[in-house]
Amino acid sequence: MTVHDHAHHRNYVKIWAILLALLVVSVIGPMTGIRVVMLITAFGVALVKAYMVAKNFMHLDIEKPIVHWTLGVALVLMVLMFAGVAPDVMKHEGRFWKKTAVAADTSQGHGRTGAGHGDAHH
Amino acid sequence: MAHAHAEPHGTPGHGGHHEQTFFQKYIFSTDHKMIAMQYTFTGLAMGMIGAFMAYVFRMQLAFPGSSVPGFGVVSPGEYNALVTNHGSIMIFWVAMPVLIAGFGNFLIPLMCGCDDMVFPRVNRLSYQLFFLSAVVLVASLFVQGGGFAGAWTAYPPLSAVGKYNLTPLGATLWVIAVALEFVAFLLGGINFITTAMNSRAPGMKAFDVPMVVWMIVIASILFMASVGPLIAGAVMLLFDQTLGTGFFNPGRGGDPILWQHLFWFFGHPEVYVVLLPALGIVADVMAVFARKKLFAYRTTVYTIIATGVLSFFVWAHHQFIAGIDPRMANVFTITTVLISIPIAETCFLYIATLYGGSIRLTTPMLWALAFLAEFLIGGVTGIYLGASGADIYFHDTYFVVAHFHYTFFPIAIIAVFAGLTFWFPKMFGRMMNETLGKIHFWGTIIPFNLIFIPLFILGAAGEHRRIFDYSTFPELARPELQALRIIATVSLLVMLAFQFVFLYNFVRSMIAGPRAEKNPWKSNTLEWTTESPPPHGNWVEMPVVYRGPYEYNHPDRAEDYWPQNEKP
Amino acid sequence: MLRPLATTRSAMGIPTGRLAVWWVLVSEIVIFGGILVSYIMHRLGHASWAEQAAHTNVWIGAFNTFVLLTSSLSAVLAHQAAEQGNGPKAARLLMATIGGGAVFLLVKSFEWTSEITSGFTLQSGGFWSYYYTAAGVHAFHVIAGMVVMGFVAASAMKNQDLHRVENVGIYWHFVDIVWIFLFPLLYIAK
Repeated sequence: MTVHDHAHHRNYVKIWAILLALLVVSVIGPMTGIRVVMLITAFGVALVKAYMVAKNFMHLDIEKPIVHWTLGVALVLMVLMFAGVAPDVMKHEGRFWKKTAVAADTSQGHGRTGAGHGDAHH
Repeated sequence: MAHAHAEPHGTPGHGGHHEQTFFQKYIFSTDHKMIAMQYTFTGLAMGMIGAFMAYVFRMQLAFPGSSVPGFGVVSPGEYNALVTNHGSIMIFWVAMPVLIAGFGNFLIPLMCGCDDMVFPRVNRLSYQLFFLSAVVLVASLFVQGGGFAGAWTAYPPLSAVGKYNLTPLGATLWVIAVALEFVAFLLGGINFITTAMNSRAPGMKAFDVPMVVWMIVIASILFMASVGPLIAGAVMLLFDQTLGTGFFNPGRGGDPILWQHLFWFFGHPEVYVVLLPALGIVADVMAVFARKKLFAYRTTVYTIIATGVLSFFVWAHHQFIAGIDPRMANVFTITTVLISIPIAETCFLYIATLYGGSIRLTTPMLWALAFLAEFLIGGVTGIYLGASGADIYFHDTYFVVAHFHYTFFPIAIIAVFAGLTFWFPKMFGRMMNETLGKIHFWGTIIPFNLIFIPLFILGAAGEHRRIFDYSTFPELARPELQALRIIATVSLLVMLAFQFVFLYNFVRSMIAGPRAEKNPWKSNTLEWTTESPPPHGNWVEMPVVYRGPYEYNHPDRAEDYWPQNEKP
Repeated sequence: MLRPLATTRSAMGIPTGRLAVWWVLVSEIVIFGGILVSYIMHRLGHASWAEQAAHTNVWIGAFNTFVLLTSSLSAVLAHQAAEQGNGPKAARLLMATIGGGAVFLLVKSFEWTSEITSGFTLQSGGFWSYYYTAAGVHAFHVIAGMVVMGFVAASAMKNQDLHRVENVGIYWHFVDIVWIFLFPLLYIAK
């Protein structure tokens, strides 16, 4: 446990303050009205915050490599799951077929949100 | 359990001198060996229920419409409930508890030279949750409407809508039982992994650990990494069943294929979760009764790790005709055929272990050899199914049923008998009867093949699964095919009859069998260096390890074995 | 009861309790991952869900994010106190963390009450089903964390088992990180 002694040179309050500042950024982002900015601030900030909590609060940076690898594998599995499932769930029509229930649903929503997520439809 | 002080070190082998009450010793024990017994006996009891279900539905298939002795006439709804619960019980309440929690709990601390698991109270909690899950599942069979009848794969909308499956209460209880079982095994897995990783005896490096420990640990890791999405899916299904949500209802913005993916993302690694402990048991039994070191131990470990990794990439081969993207089907065919390579390699490594060995055909060894032979058939027939083109025909036929019984039966039954007959002396301090063991062996293996080879033929003839009466299908109602069904059922009856030989042998040996010494099989691993059965705390003086577990017939030794803890 | 010798060994060089918590997190990543990946796939495929998402209150969500981040601070300060051997201080900081969790849950219950009475229920549609389910599973983990933390704090107050302060903290930070992602997914992306 003495491995952690040097880690307590960290100023946890300072890190907390940065996290709060990032939170403010992510809330302000949507107010610009520009979709790309909103997405970057929302999810970019989330990634940075998660990284900071993991590194500074969970002390993952001084943890043994086996822990990093194991957690990393779990995250990769979620990407794998997305890759394997998304073609079936996100695709709404093909050459000879169409998900009628979804088509009805998305046509209602299209106007309000503008372009929507075009890359979901191949 | 009478003390509550916070002293961090357990006194090694404090030998249980404080008198434990019946409840402390048998019901609320935190001792890994007792918890192992609890899991094993619960699993064996559930196995009897699952076997009874198989008896009933096979009788219905062979003699449709007849009254089944001990059950009555089987209605279509009851048939569906029987096949659903047979599958669910055998996988979740027999294979997993006996192979992983039973053998894992018993063997890991002993083989690693520990006095117990690292978290004994979490261990006890895991069994209690598991027991609760078994109670819920059995209860589901007796509620109004009967047990869940939507197949063990529980695809929505059938599983989500009571109006369709006709067993709304049973369906909900089934989901709850499965979810509880998952949580129990997550808790148990923490103990297996952490104990094996951290608490090995001094001198025991990672590759000094017996293969069965590696296998159970890797299996636990696979389970922990794969069950999450299905837990998520189970919550969603439960809500669809009871709260009117539409997670899997396309008319409500959901997608039934999502369930299939969530189920099989777990479902495929799950078969390796149960396969690996079985492979581990077989490896250790083979090494002892070939008096030979395990061939290419490290290669085997790496191969199995590769198999585990690959197992996450093959899941949609269960969904080839479900309407998935055909380009994904191509991908999954390639990965599925690829995964047969490390498995085949493992089989070759085992055969290489036997080659040149001094083979002792004891009962455990017979079971281990049978595992190899039967599992090979299962594996090879899987390749037909993994090829998406062939699967278009074979999917949902009895070919699939025969394939997975040729894999599951070796896993859940053959390997379990190998393990039980091998470790019985250590667990109960007595020897089982070899003659009865061999009679049981042949009386199980021969009928097993006579049950499932006909099912391959029936499947190739187009016999669809999950149909309770084929007499209305003219092309399947032909007398030659019905004859095959009858052969399968009669063989099952014979096989079930022979299980009484095992039961008798098991119980009688436990009570009155000849006393076992510490190491009747002359094995190297640590569990054989303590008393049979081991005391609370396992050793009076904790062992120190000096070598690997497979030093059999070492040239420098007169004896043909070299225990791990013997000083050099 | 007496702790087994096994618990004190450390062949990996990581204390057993901490190693176990990392494994718990592995399984939790795939549980939450399963829910969130399913949600993201549907959300990306259904433009109409964005309309529904517009009804979540970003200020309440942001406040709850602030609460959880602050509770993570008190959790890591509790760890620091435990490292220094100051059990009672660690216990007090853990109680503050539990308090943060309680505030989080309280705010959420008001938030959900208001949404439900406005007609946005679990059954109101795809987005709302995921909203309540994902946040509900998260809240369940918050409650579980609070309970375990209570036991750890009780021992820490007596200067016992101080190593557990760090371990329960790691779990709590993970629950915080899940919320860090739930916040943009459910509140900001509109």
